[in-house]
Amino acid sequence: MLLDNNRRNPAGILPSEITPQSVFADRRLFLQTAGLAAAGLLLPGQSRATQTTLAYQKTAYGKEETLTSLEDVTSYNNYYEFGTGKSDPAREASLFKPTPWAIKIEGAVKQAKTLSLEQLMKLAPLEERIYRMRCVEGWSMVIPWVGLPLKALIDWAQPTGNAKYVVFISANDPQTMPGARMPILDWPYVEGLRMDEAMQPLTLLAVGLYGKVLPNQNGAPVRLVVPWKYGFKGGKAITSIRFVEHMPQTTWMKAGPREYGFYANVNPQVDHPRWTQSSEKPIGGGLFGGRVKTRMFNGYDEVGQLYSGMDLKKYF
Amino acid sequence: MQLPGSISPAQSISYAKIVAWLAAFIPLLRLFYLGFTDQLGANPVEFVERSTGTWALVFLLISLAITPIRNLSGQAWWIALRRLLGLWMFAYACLHVLAYVWLDYMFDWPDIVKDIVKHPYVLVGASALLLTIPLAATSNQRAIRQLKRRWKTLHQLVYLVAVLALLHFWWLVKKDVTEPAIYILCFVLLMALRWPHWFSKK
Repeated sequence: MLLDNNRRNPAGILPSEITPQSVFADRRLFLQTAGLAAAGLLLPGQSRATQTTLAYQKTAYGKEETLTSLEDVTSYNNYYEFGTGKSDPAREASLFKPTPWAIKIEGAVKQAKTLSLEQLMKLAPLEERIYRMRCVEGWSMVIPWVGLPLKALIDWAQPTGNAKYVVFISANDPQTMPGARMPILDWPYVEGLRMDEAMQPLTLLAVGLYGKVLPNQNGAPVRLVVPWKYGFKGGKAITSIRFVEHMPQTTWMKAGPREYGFYANVNPQVDHPRWTQSSEKPIGGGLFGGRVKTRMFNGYDEVGQLYSGMDLKKYF
Repeated sequence: MQLPGSISPAQSISYAKIVAWLAAFIPLLRLFYLGFTDQLGANPVEFVERSTGTWALVFLLISLAITPIRNLSGQAWWIALRRLLGLWMFAYACLHVLAYVWLDYMFDWPDIVKDIVKHPYVLVGASALLLTIPLAATSNQRAIRQLKRRWKTLHQLVYLVAVLALLHFWWLVKKDVTEPAIYILCFVLLMALRWPHWFSKK
């Protein structure tokens, strides 16, 4: 037995001594992360900050609004791929690698292609837009996003006449996203817009906030922002954009068809079956800040014409 | 007979009560500490609502654990802690409701009434609180003496309160039901531990 074993395995390595693939992969990830962390320690804070600063133009969007603090915007997040707690994303997203990044453009387009993050950021000048964000859970923030209109990407992608809807598919990497290892939602996260909603000038592909590249917990490197819809419509860490003919089933529609519709327009008249949507709690108001009334389309009245003649109670 | 330097059973029960009372006070002190040092996070109102609600549920379950603990350990003195724990449950439940009507809704009664009647999880939670009021009100010795056998029947309402409170938690969670499921499991376990005792009484 012993001799036989040695012949097949001249080095005499016990099976138990061989590092399993998963541990090996984890170790590589650990070494990379440790390396990054060490590099971060060596770099002076200032040069790291200048690295992440974006060049952008200011715009008039939301310039009268009071911003939610950077601290709150980056510590209170819904990003289930990193866990279902509000503070999970800020804590768990550090292993996630937003660069290098490529977005697949597929479906009903002249030609399927892939676009790097750098290419995306050159499709149109980056602009800062201050948008209100209303979460379906009943709280809201005001966030200075940096990004470009989704329209710029759609024009570049050249969709065909069959493209009636746009689907956004988010990153799904169980290695770096602990929440994606759990069957809380049907991964990957899928969101979608009707073509005219996608082309609406307000619809933004954000690559930054507060003048810097997006933090991982806010959807780095690129996310969708649709300010007149509930926040969950804004898919984060987008890996592919697909043009389709039929209305897609989004992740939340699958998770709760009675509670989450495709449109998900902010609408104080249509309650979530379980809680009120008529008012909201602005984040940053402290213990005694109270609530404010929620506005139709989150106050972005100009989008109303997209839905003229539609029963928004039925198409919630 | 008492040895010098040792404590009597009555004294040790008093000490146990003091320790339990002080321990029950800690979550509230913690809230005040976090509040005054600005550590309640981006949504402090939600934090206070969640925290007080969770502790009300925890004290409800702990007070429901007393009977099985007594039965399993054979030590009757555990019962002496039950009223104190039940009253702390009531206190945290009241703070929970206070956080809701004050911090969350700023006493906007029309909106509060709408919220309660329109949304089952709020209605169920409000019912649970209403049902704890007669329990807290009859928790004194005089009520026990006056109500006699009916006192025990009345206080069986606590099981209904627990079911409503758990339902309240289950329904308010958006998607991830892990946390309410853990509390439901504890409740089921505590109920299951009562079975053998009920059978032996018959």
